[in-house]
Amino acid sequence: MTPVRAERSETLTKLENVMANMCPYGRFTHAVVRGIPETFGKVAGDGGENEATAAVELAKAQRQFGCLTGALRQKVGLQLIEIPPDPELPESWRIEDVAVIQGDTALITRPFKQQRRSEAEAVRRVMSELSLTVVEMGGEQGDSGGATLEGSDVLFTGREFFVGVSSHTNRRGAEVLADTFRDFAVSTVPVCGGARLKNVCSMGGPGTIIVSNSDGAKKTLRMMEQLTDHHYDVLTVPEESAANCIYVKGPSKRDFLLHRPAEECPESVSAFQKLQDYTLLPTACSEASKLGASLSSLCLLINRKHTHF
Amino acid sequence: MTTESGADSEAKQPQEKKETGKGKAKAAAQPTSPQNHPEQLPAAAGHSTPARKEQQKEEDQESHRSSTSRLSKSPLRGVKKVKIMQCKVTLLDGSDFTVSVEKRAKGHVLFDKVCDHLNLLEKDYFGITHRDVENQKNWLDPTKEMKKQIRAGPWNFAFSVKFYPPDPSQLTEDITRYYLCLQLRDDIVSGRLPCSFATHTLLGSYTVQSELGDYDPEEMGSDYISELRLAPNQTKELEEKVMELHKTYKGMTPAVAEMHFLENAKKLSMYGVDLHHAKLVGNLYESLAPAEGEDSEAVEIMLGVCASGLLIYRDRLRINRFAWPKILKISYKRNNFYIKIRPGEFEQFESTIGFKLPNHRAAKRLWKVCVEHHTFFRLVSPEAPPKKFLSLGSKFRYSGRTQAQTRRASAQIGRPAPLFERSSSKRYNMSRSLDGAPIMENHETPAKDGSMDGAARVIAKEDIITTITTERKAEEEKAEQEDFLRDTTEPAPTTPLRYDTKRSPHLYTCDPLRSERSLPSSPVSSNKVRRRRRESQRASSVSPAKSGAGRCRRQARAEHKAALLKEQALLLSARRQRLEQGKRHGGTLFSFSLHLPDLSSILDEDGYLTFPDLSEMRFLPECAQSFLPIKSPSLIPCFLFIFFFLLSTSFSVPYALTLSFPLALCLCYLEPKAASLTASIAQSYHEHDSSEEEETDSEHTDFAFDGEMTATESEADEDSEMRTQYSFIRRVKGENVFIRHSNLMLEDTEPPPEVVKHQTNVSELKRSFLETGGGSSGGVPGLTEWEKRLSSSPLRSPRGDEAPMIEPLEPQDTKDEQPTGDEKKEEVGPKGITASADQEETAVLGTETETVPAKQMSPDSVEAAAKDMPVVHTETKTITYEAAEVDTNGDADPGVLLSAQTITSETTSTTTTTHITKMVKGGISETRIEKRIVITGDADIDHDEALAQAIKEAKEQHPDMSVTKVVVHKETEITPEEGED
Repeated sequence: MTPVRAERSETLTKLENVMANMCPYGRFTHAVVRGIPETFGKVAGDGGENEATAAVELAKAQRQFGCLTGALRQKVGLQLIEIPPDPELPESWRIEDVAVIQGDTALITRPFKQQRRSEAEAVRRVMSELSLTVVEMGGEQGDSGGATLEGSDVLFTGREFFVGVSSHTNRRGAEVLADTFRDFAVSTVPVCGGARLKNVCSMGGPGTIIVSNSDGAKKTLRMMEQLTDHHYDVLTVPEESAANCIYVKGPSKRDFLLHRPAEECPESVSAFQKLQDYTLLPTACSEASKLGASLSSLCLLINRKHTHF
Repeated sequence: MTTESGADSEAKQPQEKKETGKGKAKAAAQPTSPQNHPEQLPAAAGHSTPARKEQQKEEDQESHRSSTSRLSKSPLRGVKKVKIMQCKVTLLDGSDFTVSVEKRAKGHVLFDKVCDHLNLLEKDYFGITHRDVENQKNWLDPTKEMKKQIRAGPWNFAFSVKFYPPDPSQLTEDITRYYLCLQLRDDIVSGRLPCSFATHTLLGSYTVQSELGDYDPEEMGSDYISELRLAPNQTKELEEKVMELHKTYKGMTPAVAEMHFLENAKKLSMYGVDLHHAKLVGNLYESLAPAEGEDSEAVEIMLGVCASGLLIYRDRLRINRFAWPKILKISYKRNNFYIKIRPGEFEQFESTIGFKLPNHRAAKRLWKVCVEHHTFFRLVSPEAPPKKFLSLGSKFRYSGRTQAQTRRASAQIGRPAPLFERSSSKRYNMSRSLDGAPIMENHETPAKDGSMDGAARVIAKEDIITTITTERKAEEEKAEQEDFLRDTTEPAPTTPLRYDTKRSPHLYTCDPLRSERSLPSSPVSSNKVRRRRRESQRASSVSPAKSGAGRCRRQARAEHKAALLKEQALLLSARRQRLEQGKRHGGTLFSFSLHLPDLSSILDEDGYLTFPDLSEMRFLPECAQSFLPIKSPSLIPCFLFIFFFLLSTSFSVPYALTLSFPLALCLCYLEPKAASLTASIAQSYHEHDSSEEEETDSEHTDFAFDGEMTATESEADEDSEMRTQYSFIRRVKGENVFIRHSNLMLEDTEPPPEVVKHQTNVSELKRSFLETGGGSSGGVPGLTEWEKRLSSSPLRSPRGDEAPMIEPLEPQDTKDEQPTGDEKKEEVGPKGITASADQEETAVLGTETETVPAKQMSPDSVEAAAKDMPVVHTETKTITYEAAEVDTNGDADPGVLLSAQTITSETTSTTTTTHITKMVKGGISETRIEKRIVITGDADIDHDEALAQAIKEAKEQHPDMSVTKVVVHKETEITPEEGED
């Protein structure tokens, strides 16, 4: 018995890395994306946001999309799964919205817009192929009780979930999420000004949250700070659009941060320089951004390293 | 099926029967039950009393039979002493451990025995729970007598983890971790600790490894996992995954497997979170994440207490979290639980958030759990229980070691790692599969099957209560009144004999049960004891048709009252004596209760009766004698008593008349025995205070907690129904307050510095004043200003007519008066407190005579008294300013005194005495605050300015109240014999 005690601290440090379910944020092996359709910018259904349609350039958006996927695959080293675009689903490229993935479980969400709910089909197939446990929010069965949830309102920090209760995500939706990912605390936070949670903040590392400097973002952050049991470092960026980044600790164990380039967010780039030993990957996202999306909207990140489940 | 009062009968009951304890109550209350215990049924049906008839409409007749049958049987049972109780403790592995403890033993006795049995040294993380009649899990307080904590039902307990260590790897011993694992397994299986499939698999695999060892295909086969219970909904898939993982753990020792288990389990978001059902009170929207603009009032939430603070959940969502450092104060009042939040970076003011708990007990439970968790995890050492005996205050504190202390202590553990057997999950599984639910089923759901049982049990008790006739209640009261008058009119030195003669057993003969009960004790029991019993009975006979909950509350109150009264008359020495006496004389009634299983709750209270208090009376004649008047809400007896007393001491009739009323009131405030008592007595009080805390109707604590956080307990559990139904209940409450108040005065005799400080704080909150001359009887209709103020405070539900004792130290009040308090400190300076505790007169008159030039805002009667005092060599000048509406006819109906409070503080030249009196007269309650400032000193004080200042301050402190009277009484010593400052 006594030798066991002596070994203990050693054992414990090892344990931290063995955790099946709760490892530090950022370990991903796969990225799932969906191509930009020709109908990009055309709002699904009867457009209420017609003014935005004119401004976007499809070709540029597709170029930017290509840059993003290239960075994820070649620089970060993720296995990329690209779902072909579907012209019938003009917003299907916002793939982040339709699923929330943690560990080996994928929750297929119920987006706010009725028209977007069929986007999930292709995603569901991919999840199954990756042998993830697929959990449905139960849209068709009608037992969802009006729950709506979009992935861009969900911030997973590696330790807990924050769900922004926004125009597109409601409390019922957050409840379903909490029921799906039972290991984690799921906290609801208000999101101000019609934004989405991931518009104002994103993960910038295992314990780092990047947040914009706007009042609404600050308010949200304050709530998050109050609700959490954990400590996070906060990296504040002056521009709101800069707050959405993609952090991945790639297979090479290096920290990668995909962020908006200096052309799009001139003032925030210096903030990213503060992140020590990061490989910064400026990635343009101006066209998607015009439609209220951002870098993280374009991909789903998955960690399929643990094979014993 | 055993009988309901397992508490008493258990000694004889085979152990396995006790397990069905819950069912017993049901048995008593349900028509099907009689055949379950035929031995108790014979020929009992005819025993009904008139009062029972009403009851029969509501409750089923057979239950009556079963209960009355017990009554009828009881006299036949012999007189036995029951000292040793059999406790059945369900251990974490699901097995039962039976141990005998003395009935009067404190909780730690049982706890220590269990820990010894378990070979557990790091025991501070653990505790013993007991399920109350509502099937709610309550932690056994180690510092209090178990019998007071287990009001009814069998002495069944469960050993559980109380404080989940946030980092189990810091536990010193594997055996501790093992028990923590067992607790967590149970938490998981019962669903209290939700986790994902993956986590169930992982944790399950470690469980299997630690319990079964390495995977052995030959021995284990392919189905060995299904014997184990690893998850609430265990599927084949889960078992397969567990098996897969298990195969990979070859060579892992149980201790390491448990370590892995804990390292994973501790990360679960609900690890160590103690959940309590609640509702939001008021519109607290801004503090919560908004949810579609619904009415927050009715929102069902869960409050989770954990190591880091208080979590607020709605369904499964965390909607807010208050870390301990963020919480300034926790308190509860009735069903409500309040937290006061430190202002954030961007907020200017602290806010208070209220939650409504299902009932008062739940609120108290939550409050206690919070206090304990805060102390354990946040403090370096537990806060010493307050030395003060303020009427505002629970003495409840976490008394064990804090986590820091226990870590330090366990670092000293030098024993070789104990060998212990890990019980297999098979047994664990079986014990739980009996009913499909875990034995320690979750406490989160108030309406579980068990609570149904609890309700049934309550009803069963109701049956018995109804056999105590309602007429008796009135008679009882009357008897008490008479008794009381007699008591109070007696001259001071009363002999125990007197009490004996006054104790008239025939009082109780109207009720067979009662007479039986009174018989054994009557020759020796003191008046006090009798009173106690009477009160408990009275309380229990209030309304036969009441709900079970109401019954419980009443019972609790009665118990509390009893505890208070007991406490009141007890000194340490006397207490010891009493215990010895108890050994000699006691037990008779108790054995009685043994044979009246269904009466356990009542008789439990009557457990007090078993210990005759004759000795106390002998030791403290004057104390007992003088506290008796205090118990009366009516001052008239008091008044008469003093009047005759003064007459007898050869004063003139007018003088006696003039003095006696203020003195009568004064008597209520003074702790009669205080002066002669020493700290050791205080000690004994202390013990009793803690027990009192258990059942108090209204308790308020305001203690500095963490230096920053304070917890307030305010537990007036009277519902509106309780309040309105029987006026005497209110009066009873008044009695409590008096007694508590006298505690306050007791303390005044020996003011430790912090107490003084505290009292000054209190005095900032509430001036308390000497109630005099029936000034209180000046009827101000409607709410008093004080109450208006209180009810306007957002925390309070506006209930004007409630009889709320001393009002809680509401956070707002504290805040409001902070600035003025500072001013006051300047002037008054809490240096010391003049005792006024010895006997009646001294407090009022003593200061008077010492005064050189005096300025005071005092009631005129006191002032009149002062004038009449034979103060020689002084020039006396008295000016009275009076507001028109003040009614000063003192001797009119003095009303029912609800609460009274006196706080005195003194500097070299100034003595400030504040009195708060709350009276109820004909449903109107009135709060009167009187402040008397005595300035003693040379002429270099500008008295007019001091007066102006005092009035100004008083106005500032109580902006809602009006100054109705100002009396300036100036005495100037003519002979130059000064210097007694």
